[in-house]
Amino acid sequence: MTEHLKMDQVQPRLLDETEQGALHAPMPRPEGPLKVTGTATYAAEWKLDGMAEGFMVRAGITKGRFKVDASSVEDMPGFLGVYTDRMVRNSAQGTAGTNPVQPGDQVQYLGQPIAVAVADTFEQARDIALALKVEYTPDDDAHVVMDDSATYEDDDDALDQGDLDAAMADAAFSVDGMWTTKPHNSAAMEPHATLAQWDGDKLTVRSSLQMLNYNKHEIADSLGIDVKNVRVLSPYVGGGFGSKLGMSPECVAAAVAAKALGRPVRVVLHRNHVFETIVLRTETRQRVRLSCDAEGKLTGIGHENWQANLPDEGMAEPVDLATHLLYGGENRRYGQHVAMLNRPASGSVRAPGEAVGMLALENAMDELAEKVGIDPIELRVKNIPDRHPENGTPFSSHGLKACLEDGAERFGWSQRQAPKARREGEWYIGMGVASAARLNLLMESRARVTLNPDGTALVQTDMTDIGTGTYAILGQIAAEMLGIPAEKVTVELGDSDLPEGPGSGGSWGAASAGSAVFLGAKGIRKKLAERLGCGADELRLQDGVATGGNNRRPLAELMDGPISEEGHLEPGQTDDDFTQSGFGAHFAEVAVNAVTGEVRVRRMLAAMAAGRILNPKTAQSQVWGGQIWGIGTALTEGIEHDPRTGHVVNNDLAEYHVPVNLDVGDLDVMFIDERDDQANPMQVKGIGELGLSGAGAAITNAIYNACGVRVRDYPATPDRIFPHLD
Amino acid sequence: MQITLTVNGEDRALDVDPRVTLLDALREHLNLTGSKKGCDHGQCGACTILLNGRRINACLSLAVMHDGDEITTIEGLGQPGNLSPLQAAFVQNDGYQCGYCTPGQIMSAKGMLAELDMGWPSNVSADLTDIPDLTRTEIRERMSGNLCRCSAYPGICQAIEDAATEEGMTKREAAE
Ligand code: FES
Ligand code: FES
Repeated sequence: MTEHLKMDQVQPRLLDETEQGALHAPMPRPEGPLKVTGTATYAAEWKLDGMAEGFMVRAGITKGRFKVDASSVEDMPGFLGVYTDRMVRNSAQGTAGTNPVQPGDQVQYLGQPIAVAVADTFEQARDIALALKVEYTPDDDAHVVMDDSATYEDDDDALDQGDLDAAMADAAFSVDGMWTTKPHNSAAMEPHATLAQWDGDKLTVRSSLQMLNYNKHEIADSLGIDVKNVRVLSPYVGGGFGSKLGMSPECVAAAVAAKALGRPVRVVLHRNHVFETIVLRTETRQRVRLSCDAEGKLTGIGHENWQANLPDEGMAEPVDLATHLLYGGENRRYGQHVAMLNRPASGSVRAPGEAVGMLALENAMDELAEKVGIDPIELRVKNIPDRHPENGTPFSSHGLKACLEDGAERFGWSQRQAPKARREGEWYIGMGVASAARLNLLMESRARVTLNPDGTALVQTDMTDIGTGTYAILGQIAAEMLGIPAEKVTVELGDSDLPEGPGSGGSWGAASAGSAVFLGAKGIRKKLAERLGCGADELRLQDGVATGGNNRRPLAELMDGPISEEGHLEPGQTDDDFTQSGFGAHFAEVAVNAVTGEVRVRRMLAAMAAGRILNPKTAQSQVWGGQIWGIGTALTEGIEHDPRTGHVVNNDLAEYHVPVNLDVGDLDVMFIDERDDQANPMQVKGIGELGLSGAGAAITNAIYNACGVRVRDYPATPDRIFPHLD
Repeated sequence: MQITLTVNGEDRALDVDPRVTLLDALREHLNLTGSKKGCDHGQCGACTILLNGRRINACLSLAVMHDGDEITTIEGLGQPGNLSPLQAAFVQNDGYQCGYCTPGQIMSAKGMLAELDMGWPSNVSADLTDIPDLTRTEIRERMSGNLCRCSAYPGICQAIEDAATEEGMTKREAAE
């Protein structure tokens, strides 16, 4: 049976009435013991009889045509084959559900996957791949720099409301600036890997992917086979951050080779391949304009951006996503210009849009506050709109003011001084603040919940846990709804044969997959209520005992066998009628070295309003992740492309600097108590990307407060600070 | 080439291609996939193991260089249901998210605590000759060779502090 809900109207807050106490508890992850003992099995760790090893071959030119000469390597030890069929240009975009570009013999960027070399062992395959002779016919029209001579695709529908130019001209105070951010890599610690196995027409792919409900279609489409014949398994995913939203190139390479050889083939991407063939976050140039009256009330906002991608990707970084809803101001203008370049494809990396857009917007707000001469928190609070400033819909809930004010209190914001006023030895100390916002999304989801008479339960969905805590929270939701301890619930994820969940991405996992589990369990509650002879709303379930209508019976007595229900959630009217967003405030205290310009983040606080918090332990870890990614975007991360070839120069973990332990100061996280009734039947909102939105801007604003240097070009490496120190 | 490794207390005879790294010997030849491969270049620390009691990146060493060596991997510390103090503390403090860097973090922490216990100074130690304390800053510095993109660093540090005594940190109290 299916318990279906289309989210057309507010649902009762059932989870505030249930009594098990499994939810809202900081429960350690149930799969933790497997992870800390190295017994959780990631994609590259499956072994199958007769398995061969593949190693990807990358294009050595930027643009042109190629031809591989397999005879150049066929005498090498262990050689099994070199395959180029159906090779995809790069990983699929998130939620594509179709094949990525399959360019045949065309090369469109340096590092593009062009073939896979397969041998008996990994070492042999790697040597063959490196020795393989490839003949190139280069084109001379490659374009790799985002400059004026590039071809841009403009967003013709960009909003232009009122008259921003006039607002800027009439403003009492204004900011008009250009910001730049370098490309970012997700750099999940587990490289993408696939083990493909055919059984007749049926293909099983063990891979590291975030969205099996889309990935199975991407794989089928790329191979030209029926999706019914594809099974994808990703029970453990070693981090995703967007890089595993879409099927990765080695999925197709392994499947093609396995078919040709009649044996399972495993292909693990080399770290360099991850940097080149998996979508990265585009570089951006952003022009932000703010105008306000003498009191600091905004009259206009402009946010225009320039970015880059390969042709035919159909994805642009939504740089202005939060700008649309965060602050009021009648006159508003946006613009998006995507340069078509021969460089690795751009796509989703954690918090697409806000991760970079909020750097510029929130720096500009800091600059404006200084011009107006008011506290940056006051400026922000003053400009919180009553309704969405463009489409006029009401907000489902709005925690920004509380986050800014409660956060300020907890952080000790009142201790903040004027720029350069606080110095400890050779270090300037400063504080910064920034708002956070992340649009809240709900996706269609299904999950099967089964309750057994012995008081155990099973939750099944093709949803993934990429480190986000899915195993924990889905078990907690089922336990809470069914009135059994969370340890009694087994959660099965990451198998595309299970009911279709939403996939992990867009911070919609907990709300969407969680609601499907909630509904499945709700269906079971209805049955139990019937059997107990009470109304569903009278039913109380706790520790395996059902109470209601003057009856009290253990589950075992109510059930003669397992009860299984599928929960099915669809987004509905509340999505259109309300603007739904998580909000937050980031605070940072930094030290800037007065001689070298080196920045140390001493402490940060994230105050987050994201609806009901299902598990404060895993939610806190998500926010820590956001804060630390904020440190990376503010201070250390940036891909460098060779301006001659587009080559990713820093294509490994030594040269691309993700934050390390010592880069991170003391992190504090607080959740504002909130229920978002319009969001979903559980009143929760996404948290994983909200934690990053604005985090980096709080750091650069703190840099200014410390040493008086405004950084508009990210990352704020010492060379961008010390020349301006006096 | 024929070699014998003592892995988690057991002698394991292997016939390996000289190109096989110590990490791949463990993961592929002995099926000990607890040690992870994040970069294969000595850049991430996911493959950290103990070699004769000291932490190293197993991807940066060839298996054939280790005939007769003693190796401890994550599988040698504890199993689900029988976790070592560090492993249990990582679970309790959410010292991970995806779990991919985690075995390396735990092995590195194990090696790091031993180094601290022997009084080795680090880049953040105030004095090169003084015996360093187990401060948060010392932990951060000494664990900075182990990347965690999920960014579980606060939980990792807390887990290490919590487990230090039980892990045999004898000379000094955990401080700060
Ligand atoms: S895999 Fe050895 S350090 Fe990264
Ligand atoms: S837990 Fe995912 S990289 Fe550390």
